[in-house]
Amino acid sequence: MTQISVRVDGVTYADDVEPRTLLVNYLREQVGKVGTVVGCDTSNCGACTVLLDGVAVKSCTVLAVQADEAEVTTIEGVAAPDGTLHPLQRAFHELHGLQCGFCTPGMIMASIDLLRDHPDPSETEIREGIEGNLCRCTGYQNIVRAVQHAAGEMSGRARSDGPASDRSASPADVDTAAAPHAVVRA
Amino acid sequence: MIPAPFAYARPTTVDEAVQAIAEGGEDVKVMAGGQSLIPVMRLRLAAPETVVDLGRVAELRGVRDDGDAIVIGAMTTHAQVLADPLVRQHAPLVAAATETVADRQTRHRGTFGGALAHADPAGDLPACALALDAELVVAGLGGRRTVPAAEFFVDYLTTALEEGEILVEVRIPKLPGEWGMHYEKFQRVAQAWSIVAVAAAVRREDGHIAEARIGLTNMGPTPLRATATEAALAGADATVEAVAAAAGHAAEGTSPSSDLNAQADYRQHLAQVLTRRAVLRAAGL
Repeated sequence: MTQISVRVDGVTYADDVEPRTLLVNYLREQVGKVGTVVGCDTSNCGACTVLLDGVAVKSCTVLAVQADEAEVTTIEGVAAPDGTLHPLQRAFHELHGLQCGFCTPGMIMASIDLLRDHPDPSETEIREGIEGNLCRCTGYQNIVRAVQHAAGEMSGRARSDGPASDRSASPADVDTAAAPHAVVRA
Repeated sequence: MIPAPFAYARPTTVDEAVQAIAEGGEDVKVMAGGQSLIPVMRLRLAAPETVVDLGRVAELRGVRDDGDAIVIGAMTTHAQVLADPLVRQHAPLVAAATETVADRQTRHRGTFGGALAHADPAGDLPACALALDAELVVAGLGGRRTVPAAEFFVDYLTTALEEGEILVEVRIPKLPGEWGMHYEKFQRVAQAWSIVAVAAAVRREDGHIAEARIGLTNMGPTPLRATATEAALAGADATVEAVAAAAGHAAEGTSPSSDLNAQADYRQHLAQVLTRRAVLRAAGL
């Protein structure tokens, strides 16, 4: 066993771990941060993405001992202390940026990382920026819209266009090829 | 699945690291960013007795100017390489290839030196190191030695690193004159490995191509130089036709594998097409 000290979502934990313990398993099983999920266990899907010292990593591909003395932010730590959702959480909710929701924690953490480097990304930059995250429902259209919307909100642009810009991005208006249920509702 | 149990060493200097390897027993793995090693250990394809983690060896990180070369520390992450102005200025080929490696998360952890020492034939950086005539500095208990890139890549996942040695830094010579560089990668889906890729650096002079250096990714068990194409381009007209003719020789002397992604003959076809595209872009045509 190796002793590690890790700050997770603002709280410092001192724990004994086996060197082979993956960070994701440490977070879920020892710290109780089950909001961070294991999707593939093969480093492909990105569902387990967390911020390690401020940058996105796949926590299934980091050993817990590598996070010793580091700061980890999980999906459970991105909302404000009073419970106000992070703009990306709100955008995924409002724009239906999820179907089954399993990829969502990783998508949001990867998007936080992307928007830090690219506050005003193009659609292509978003798609490339979250290429390490897979949505097996293939719900990418609304995920991209949610990231665009949050980017606008975080940089103070979205509201300046008034309600029209919100409406143009609402789930009811997405193109029908991407979201057939919109046709049914129409 | 989680890795099999192992002993863990976390040195903070190069000297401590080579000492830890020497004391680690029969089966020691050196971990750089862990982005290839941890997946392989998770699948139990590797179950080392000891893992020596270089993550806290600060002297292995960073890029510095060394006069006629830039020097990239082995533990410099892909993300740090991408953000580095010296790399952008003197080795834009490395930046272009690094941009295509995996995804943002992996680039935050994965390292330049780790990618070279792992020597995956589908890895993007070995062909760049070869094309730029990089020199690799390795350290062992007996001291340090320098290995040219042309001698570093020995076989599939096999390098000139001897038992007990680690890669310390990579010297990339500053090329004299005006060079254009481009990395052309063919992959089927996002974050995938290269099926084939081509690293090209081209120096133009008075409407001619004075010199071209071309590295091939995944056209054999090690990265290769497209020497026949390089020879055909030396002194050639800087025209689309001349480049296309030279690129037709790109697959000569290669021995690519056949696998689920592509048959060998298809890879040889791709090498020619991608070499043409890479050289045209690098030459600004």
